[in-house]
Amino acid sequence: MLLGFGILNFKNPFVRNIFLFIRRYFNFLFFVILQVVALSFLFRYNRFHEAAFMGVASEVTGRVSERYTNVEYYFHLKRTNEALVKENERLNNLLPENFAPRDTSSRIVLDSVKIDSLEEYRRYRYYPARVVESFVALQTNYIMIHRGSSQGIKKDMGVISSQGIVGRVVNVSENYSTAMIVLNRQFKANAKLKKGGERGSIEWDGKDPNYVFLKDIPKSAGVTKGDTVITSELSSIFPPNIMVGTVNAIINNKSSNFYTLQLRTSTNFYSVFYVYVIEDLHREERKLILEATKNTQ
Amino acid sequence: MNKLVKNSIRFILFILIQVFFLLEIKPLHQFIVPYVYFLYILWLPYNTPRMSLTMIGFIFGLTLDYFTKSPGLHAAPCILIAYLRPFLINILIRQEGSELNYRSPSITSMGFAPYATYIIILTIVHNGYLVFLEWLHFGSFLYFIGKVLATTGVSILLIFLTELLFFRKEKFRTNTA
Repeated sequence: MLLGFGILNFKNPFVRNIFLFIRRYFNFLFFVILQVVALSFLFRYNRFHEAAFMGVASEVTGRVSERYTNVEYYFHLKRTNEALVKENERLNNLLPENFAPRDTSSRIVLDSVKIDSLEEYRRYRYYPARVVESFVALQTNYIMIHRGSSQGIKKDMGVISSQGIVGRVVNVSENYSTAMIVLNRQFKANAKLKKGGERGSIEWDGKDPNYVFLKDIPKSAGVTKGDTVITSELSSIFPPNIMVGTVNAIINNKSSNFYTLQLRTSTNFYSVFYVYVIEDLHREERKLILEATKNTQ
Repeated sequence: MNKLVKNSIRFILFILIQVFFLLEIKPLHQFIVPYVYFLYILWLPYNTPRMSLTMIGFIFGLTLDYFTKSPGLHAAPCILIAYLRPFLINILIRQEGSELNYRSPSITSMGFAPYATYIIILTIVHNGYLVFLEWLHFGSFLYFIGKVLATTGVSILLIFLTELLFFRKEKFRTNTA
């Protein structure tokens, strides 16, 4: 019954038979069609992060999740407050008012330079956003944030919390966007050791949501347990020097010249409720020149 | 209650419980992901046409997928179990005409052993296919086997608890009605 292809009688090649076949096995064909549709959704999404109706669907699921998290927030207010106070303290310490010149009688005077080359320009812009949905139980974990294209969020922006890096925006709808978090098998970012500056790439092995891995750190690097790992200058999504985590274990692979470091993530993904989305104002330029370089090869 | 209303409410409840309760639980182990949502498909009435059964499976799975941002990952196994369901019921049903006397599959309508077989087989098929799709992207064979066994165990335990907590009264329907 399930797979009786014998009905295709090739001795009577009439179109009628084909129609009979379709009518008889319509359920099976319908099942196959739906399977193909579902699998094409899956494989397309895993490669390009584009899926049919994802925009409309995230508007709906976002609204549902927002209702739910509105309740959940009350149980996390204390922790959120503590995180905010800690961050304010850190930022207050960075204010220029806190610093006084050593010698008040001398002044730095710029002469002969018409264009002020010391003037700084803006490279990164931060947007605050609220997390409305997050998963850590799956192999491909995402969070949904309540900011979308109408608030200036674009694809491939970095997402950080006050504690450290969180992820990268992969899908944007009008008011909501989804970001792939570090705890996703497809996530990759460049990071370095704070002490020596050796760079490697961050990956997650899908096992324990408390730990991520920093790969390809040369064995010449002096690593000890507890060392800080921060984002590197090479990262195309995050600004440099943002906390990633601390070294929890050093995995020594004897067949290679590189260490793999197990990091305890600085961000607590179970209780991240407010994040910052970072726009790299040079991103387009970087992308253009990278493409131009590829085209010359 | 009207069959359609009842099943629509069930649809929403199963999705919400899976998304906001079961998937929010801190993972105990990488192999254990508690899935119970597909019980909705197993509870659908006997007289649902096969084509709409497959279609419901697709829509139901895809709804969960849009929450977890993995379009197709749960839809594909749901279509599979929705498609296999009628074949399994035909084999397992206790006596001729039982599907006419009762509304939907349950312990009362099928008997404990056939119903347990029905649940266990479709749970294994669902979780096996789901983990297989994950395994295609990443993971080792040990991951595949371990996760199928662990998730199936947890799923069956959860289904058993659901059956105990929400006992469905199945009325014996006669032809006179």
